Amino acid sequence: MLVEQRISHIHEYTIGAPIQAIKSTTSDLRARPRIHERLIKLLLLLCGAISILTTIGLVAILGQESLSFFTRVSWEDSNKQIVVDLSATAVDNILKVSQSGAVIDSEVIRLDDEELRVISIEGDTITVERGYNNTEIAPHRAGIDIYTADTVSLIEFFTGTEWSPQVGKFGVLPLVNATLMTSFIAMLVAIPLGMGAAIYMSEYARPKVRAVIKPVLEILAGIPTVVFGFFALTFMTPLLRSIFGIHNVEIFNTASAGIVVGLLITPLISSMAEDALSAVPQSLREASYGLGATRLETTIKVVLPAATSGIIAAFIVAISRAIGETMIVAIAAGSGPNFTFNPFAAAETMTGHIARISGGDLSYDSIDYNSIFAIGMTLFMMTFALNMFSRRVIARFREQY
Amino acid sequence: MAAVQKPLNPKSVVTGLAVELRNVSVFYSDYRAVANVSLPIRRNKITAFIGPSGCGKSTVLRSINRMNDLVSGARVEGEIIYNGHNLYAPHVDPVEVRRRIGMVFQKPNPFPKSIFDNVAYAPRLLGIRDRNTLMQIVERSLRQAALWDEVKSDLNKSGLALSGGQQQRLCIARAIAVEPDVILMDEPASALDPIATQRIEELMRELQEHYTIVIVTHNMQQAQRVSDYTAFFNIRKAVQNGVETRWGELVEYGETAQVFNAPRQEETADYIAGRFG
Ligand SMILES: Nc1ncnc2c1ncn2[C@@H]1O[C@H](COP(=O)(O)OP(=O)(O)O)[C@@H](O)[C@H]1O
Ligand SMILES: [Mg+2]
Repeated sequence: MLVEQRISHIHEYTIGAPIQAIKSTTSDLRARPRIHERLIKLLLLLCGAISILTTIGLVAILGQESLSFFTRVSWEDSNKQIVVDLSATAVDNILKVSQSGAVIDSEVIRLDDEELRVISIEGDTITVERGYNNTEIAPHRAGIDIYTADTVSLIEFFTGTEWSPQVGKFGVLPLVNATLMTSFIAMLVAIPLGMGAAIYMSEYARPKVRAVIKPVLEILAGIPTVVFGFFALTFMTPLLRSIFGIHNVEIFNTASAGIVVGLLITPLISSMAEDALSAVPQSLREASYGLGATRLETTIKVVLPAATSGIIAAFIVAISRAIGETMIVAIAAGSGPNFTFNPFAAAETMTGHIARISGGDLSYDSIDYNSIFAIGMTLFMMTFALNMFSRRVIARFREQY
Repeated sequence: MAAVQKPLNPKSVVTGLAVELRNVSVFYSDYRAVANVSLPIRRNKITAFIGPSGCGKSTVLRSINRMNDLVSGARVEGEIIYNGHNLYAPHVDPVEVRRRIGMVFQKPNPFPKSIFDNVAYAPRLLGIRDRNTLMQIVERSLRQAALWDEVKSDLNKSGLALSGGQQQRLCIARAIAVEPDVILMDEPASALDPIATQRIEELMRELQEHYTIVIVTHNMQQAQRVSDYTAFFNIRKAVQNGVETRWGELVEYGETAQVFNAPRQEETADYIAGRFG
């Protein structure tokens, strides 16, 4: 009886009523304008467009400012003089130089206010184009100094091991090295901790325990990084100093900053890796247990390999976060570029350097100002490369189960 | 199929029983899913579990190799005797039980690894590392599972690249790689097409020479075609304090021909004739 009642119920709604509705619509098949749908579609498109435009704008500014860093000319006295007077006519284009001209290694030189482009150099004779860069052709007396144009070359930037803008040394390696050191130490801490927590939550913890641990870990990720920074300085550094000796560990050092950055990104790894592990179908675990595997064997031989792509994605996000982390390293790693592999020595990271010099009285359009963007661009390229790399890895290990 | 000979366990020839369930009840937390099942599983025979959905066939099957231990709150009362030992005695390690009593699941579940690594999985757990030994085991298992000829040219291919029927035979090869005594199969062909189903059924008959098989099936023709003994389970209902409870019980057990042609219980006859509900 109950069944019959239910069936008649269904008839009423699915067969009775809808026919009326269908009839009324089928009588008029013209497309009706759906304004609110279009509006919402447009709004959603706008949301996507804004984030894309922001990214493009950021990259454009970064690119433009770094370009002016690399094309910026500073004149240096070459300590060579011309030995024959030069007239103010464009055809007078042979320079005689006090010492062998071959030592001049710049494409553009300057005599007083006139710039000259070097065409060829033979012994002490330099052939030039007069009035380069729209400078005025002027007469020059024998004995005046030749200035050479100095720009920061990409090679100097990426291979130089000293960064001191005051004396024109623009080797970014000390900053990159410090960033890599803190990030590496951070990953050394975060991978075991994060993976341990992820495996525990996904494979061992009972649902009730997991429901407590996961939010607690995520709270850790919400603590402001400035708090982590002072934790590094006032707790981790003294701890390291008491373990390794007060004379071996400087007050500011990359080890302390790196370890604390590691603690900061641990929840990131544990949370993302736990999602990846939990996504591995139960049927694979059952297959493994059914073959006489223990829980540990199942985790290591089946669950972890099956979740590889998600785990690697977690690592990459975490490394990117570690590379970009600023506050902790600015507080605890040290201020002042230092090319060292000693984790107990102070060394300024890329982000730390940017934070420090942009905090001071930085004049717009100075070489320091432009250098910030060159470092920022390098930072961006590092995380961008990581991102590309992770995409390939994820595609390669895509879960197929 | 060139099957490799495996000596029969002399003890089993004497008793004729691989496993014996004595008064087994299975609980999920407070819910008793199956009550008081007593049942022999005869050695080198195929025993089929049939019955309506939800009557506890899978539950009983999974209690035989302690797979239910993985469900939190699951509990077994009664005894399951294997080689003279109660599998639910306190000192018994479920991991050891599952090495001797293997399992094949309803949905083929090969690991996302190569065919070779799938079959070599359990032998490696036992500490076998030598490549040649593993290769021999893999070939023997794949031959026994009637899959060798189809995959021998490319053992490094992912197990997931195989068809559904091949995947299920790979899962069977994986289960027999460590030569268990008993293989439990929970509706192993229900996700397969008729041709793949037929191959699995033929395969079971071949495997019977070396293994004791228990198969859950909802397909009565399949039970008739493939099994030597049949156990029919049914759902019991009772109203207690105004709440209806349901549980599964074993209704009838016997030789397959007898259960289907001359059932002792009217209930069995009704079910087989399609009159149930
Ligand atoms: N993991 C579980 N937790 C709780 N109840 C379960 C679980 N597995 C099965 N059951 C219950 O046990 C009963 C028997 O299920 P099952 O053994 O799967 O039946 P069958 O295989 O015969 O269809 C059903 O009522 C089902 O809801
Ligand atoms: Mg079932």
